[in-house]
Amino acid sequence: MTEQTQSVGKVRKHFFHFAHPPQEMAFECGRRLGPLTLAYETYGQLNANRSNAVLILHALTGDSHAAGYYSVKDVKPGWWDIMVGPGKGIDTSKYFVICSNVLGGCMGSTGPSSINPKTNEPYALDFPMVTIGDMVQAQKKLIEHLGIEQLLCVIGGSMGGMQLLEWTVRFPGMVRSAIPIATTSKHSAMAIAFNEVARQAIMKDPAWANGCYYHDQPPEHGLAVARMIGHITYLSDVSLRKKFDQGHQDRCELAYNLESDFQVGSYLEYQGQKFVDRFDANSLLYLSKASDYFDLAARYGGGSLSKAFSHARADFLVVSFTSDWLYPTSQSRSMVQAMKKNNLDVTFCEILIDYGHDSFLVHNPRLSQLISSFLDNQFQAVEDRGAHAL
Amino acid sequence: MRFDLKTIASWIEPQSRILDLGCGSGELLMHLQEEKDVRGTGIEMNEDKVAEGIVSGLSIIHGDIHTEIIDYQDKVFDYVILSQTLQQVLKPAQIIKEMLRVGTKGIVSFPNFSHYKNRLYFFAKGRAPISRELPFEWFDTPNIRVIPIKDFRRFCAVFGFRILKETAISTEHHDERGRVVHVFPNLLATYGIYMLSQGEDPARRDLNASPPV
Repeated sequence: MTEQTQSVGKVRKHFFHFAHPPQEMAFECGRRLGPLTLAYETYGQLNANRSNAVLILHALTGDSHAAGYYSVKDVKPGWWDIMVGPGKGIDTSKYFVICSNVLGGCMGSTGPSSINPKTNEPYALDFPMVTIGDMVQAQKKLIEHLGIEQLLCVIGGSMGGMQLLEWTVRFPGMVRSAIPIATTSKHSAMAIAFNEVARQAIMKDPAWANGCYYHDQPPEHGLAVARMIGHITYLSDVSLRKKFDQGHQDRCELAYNLESDFQVGSYLEYQGQKFVDRFDANSLLYLSKASDYFDLAARYGGGSLSKAFSHARADFLVVSFTSDWLYPTSQSRSMVQAMKKNNLDVTFCEILIDYGHDSFLVHNPRLSQLISSFLDNQFQAVEDRGAHAL
Repeated sequence: MRFDLKTIASWIEPQSRILDLGCGSGELLMHLQEEKDVRGTGIEMNEDKVAEGIVSGLSIIHGDIHTEIIDYQDKVFDYVILSQTLQQVLKPAQIIKEMLRVGTKGIVSFPNFSHYKNRLYFFAKGRAPISRELPFEWFDTPNIRVIPIKDFRRFCAVFGFRILKETAISTEHHDERGRVVHVFPNLLATYGIYMLSQGEDPARRDLNASPPV
């Protein structure tokens, strides 16, 4: 964007506690659990008629920290700081932006690493299997708690997009518009396959100890390998080629041993190590399983995606990326197809970009522009309607 | 706005539902939304144009008109517009049939190939005509169909598309000004514009057959 953009500046993580016994939350798997906590952050101001709320839904390993800094010492801002802030794609000088850590996560919301108040020990595998639906049910409680009746827009990439789709068909009255980015209504066999390998890497690490590692060494090796596998699927052949092809590791000749000869190898190792420091292995198992379980058509349309979207009322801006081989454009197109069959107002753009599935996390002026104008348009429509009502 | 688009716009009833096939960056849709309060959607192949349209506030689907039109239910639009795209379509009868399935009325415009300048060009030079309206060499043209106004009327009769309204205009390409051609349109008009509906009793239903020669 050409105009000057700024950071939201210093932000704070909030905690919302709910589902206190005996009103525990019923999980899709049939179990009940409470009390629960969602960690969340907000940026910008909620306007007087509460019509400018935008909910951001994060991907598999994201968190509530979408933008800004916790302290001046922070090296890096929130995970979507390029998109969220004053004058940015999601303009916090206009919109009240909310982002919460998913249920089952490990960044402040209740998940397998949280302490079970009954035992004073981490839940570990005693935590109920969580689904995308459970995450959304919890988010709805948070939105109600914030006093918002209808969200101007829900925005999410990847697993965030799945939560978004669930929102639009399950709570249609609460969602005015939605921007699903690089997402799918159901995992392909390939996506499940990669997740399965990642889970096996963790569960086959002896340190995993059936999930009870919280007093000992966590399964760092398995978790790092799981992240390396995931990371490959988020990139693309082109982006890897541009960055690494034939790049050897700081040496002129091949070593002919098992040390890392290739730059791409040490890059992945670095990504894996970085991840181990911030993420809980059990959470990764739970969340990746939740995304594998997600099947919008099966849950809301008896197997038909267009029947599932018959519940939705939101206006959609669907975005996919040419180089995304994890959730390829064809999956976005099937969603668009189902939306069209239901006469929903849908806009779709496939952006030509090399960065693979993670293209929404890199500097992407086109995506920022699309989001910003779609939001403007939606907000304008709400304001006009409000003016007519007066 | 271009004169041909102005002509199309003048045919559209206020507050109708519009589908614009090959909408480009959505100039016509924008105009119709602002002036006639229509509810419009466009389909466009070119990403830059799609993005430009979305940024100006339109609903546009990035894709191929042949496949994207299939998903719509019957008669969900009042008008389906195919503006200056017919000459690039592989199966013209099929796309118009689809237009009249998803919409009550179809509006089709195309450059008139039998314009006298094209005739003179071909006659004098003996080479494939290159004009302001069809500015490409034979080897790089996206325009795979040559459509004289006369032949389009015949095509409608053969495939059973009823002509509700028609006009022939003479305009410079991308020119805001133009005029309606009443005399010898097949010779003097640069564009033909037609409003179609599904005919009662089409002369021929076999739409997979080759178009008339």
